[in-house]
Amino acid sequence: MIDTLARYFQFPFVRYALIVGVLIALCSSLLGVTLVLRRFSFIGDGLSHVAFGAIAIAGVLHLAEARMLFVMPVTVLSAVLLLRTGKNTKIKGDSAVAMISVGAMALGYLIMNVFSTSTNLSGDVCSTLFGSMSILTLTKTEVWLCIGLSIAVLVIFVLFYNKLFAVTFDEDFARAAGMKVDAFNLMIAIVVAVIIVLAMNLVGSLLISALIVFPAMSAMRVYKSFRSVTICAASVSVVCAVAGILVSIVASTPVGSTIVAADIVAFLIFSLIAKIRK
Amino acid sequence: MAYLTCKNLALGYEGQAVLSDISFEVNPGDYLCVVGENGSGKTTLMKTILGLHKPLSGTITFGDGLKQSEIGYLPQQTAVQRDFPATVREIVLSGCQALAGRRPFYSKEEKQMAARNLERMNLEEYASRCYRELSGGQQQRVLLARALCATRKMLILDEPVSGLDPKVTAEMYALIRRLNREDGISVMMITHDVSVALREATHVLHAGENVFFGTREDYLCSPLARRFLIQEGGASA
Repeated sequence: MIDTLARYFQFPFVRYALIVGVLIALCSSLLGVTLVLRRFSFIGDGLSHVAFGAIAIAGVLHLAEARMLFVMPVTVLSAVLLLRTGKNTKIKGDSAVAMISVGAMALGYLIMNVFSTSTNLSGDVCSTLFGSMSILTLTKTEVWLCIGLSIAVLVIFVLFYNKLFAVTFDEDFARAAGMKVDAFNLMIAIVVAVIIVLAMNLVGSLLISALIVFPAMSAMRVYKSFRSVTICAASVSVVCAVAGILVSIVASTPVGSTIVAADIVAFLIFSLIAKIRK
Repeated sequence: MAYLTCKNLALGYEGQAVLSDISFEVNPGDYLCVVGENGSGKTTLMKTILGLHKPLSGTITFGDGLKQSEIGYLPQQTAVQRDFPATVREIVLSGCQALAGRRPFYSKEEKQMAARNLERMNLEEYASRCYRELSGGQQQRVLLARALCATRKMLILDEPVSGLDPKVTAEMYALIRRLNREDGISVMMITHDVSVALREATHVLHAGENVFFGTREDYLCSPLARRFLIQEGGASA
């Protein structure tokens, strides 16, 4: 088995996949803690569907090389809109997300069908939804883009860690203390959108929420301080991503769903630990 | 000059007033209780003072060296908080956010202040404990310690004893009284319990259709208080 892995790691695209996988898993789990605690995890789900629609349009426009440049702004814009409608009392937050996400999905598939340029349409759709192969076909530019954006996300997270805690625990108190909470939420939404577009390469749009929700939920089962929950979520997520990628190489299973399966196993283990401790 | 002066305030949502013609002031050392029926807009009034809502009309001015962001706030607990994975120390420290301002990390002084306020609320032994494992009274003390990190001058408390048993309630009131009398912190507290207002406060603001503001003694003689007290007496008899 180790021989097989060693052989695979001679290929640069396998090494790229591992680097990108680890970075995405790290970023998504860090933001996941605050999204889960603030009951915002649905935003991740909604945005990933929007990204799917955007990728469909990018495909039709033949933006294969530069598709990130199109998908990223569209998703960021939707993140801003979703956050706005979340506060609107006339359209309730959750139904607004449902409308936008399902709408983007349906239109995306429709556009892909009508203007199909590919001979293997269902294969394309499947890989956009479940990420199967795209992580192994990353170009060098995409890898560097991913590394750069991940570092940016990490720096923002560390610099704003204390503010993130204050807003997550008590938005009103933070606002009363003079924090610009609206601007802060906007920044979080943009960062989440960036992570989701990056994560589409890894697990596909249907499975992104798993990367956001599972590590945070696992960590919260066992740990009791915000700091240890954050660190634990990040570690669990990275370990699961590495395990998932390695298993998928050896057993030739789809990358995205294998990683999510590893996350589910981790969640069950942590739940068990929590039960035993009680 | 007063810490806080409100003149002819009207409050509400989307242009519809729930409270109007509110005028009062809070001076250094005052203990103001805001009473009134449920839904009379007491919490809205607090949030407006803290800058979380805009008033429909009227003015709020801060004076005597107090800035809006220097008020310590004890909100009603939310469902999110009851189940929050954070230690007591982390939560109390987050009260220093106003002091930290744009700085990304807390300074040594801020950490010491958090430790002092933990001590003040008798919470040292719980500093590393998880917030969600504490009792209701302990959780309220944690939030009070956090509010104290944000202020040296004025506290705004929104129903600080809701859901607490009588013994813990009495302890909480004693704690607030001490902060007011011994440390000279002005207190503005929402309560639906008029008898508490008459026992603890120096001033009373009665919010509702008829607004009253004045000292406790004046309030005792007002028809509003009498009607309230008779109702309560009738209910308990």
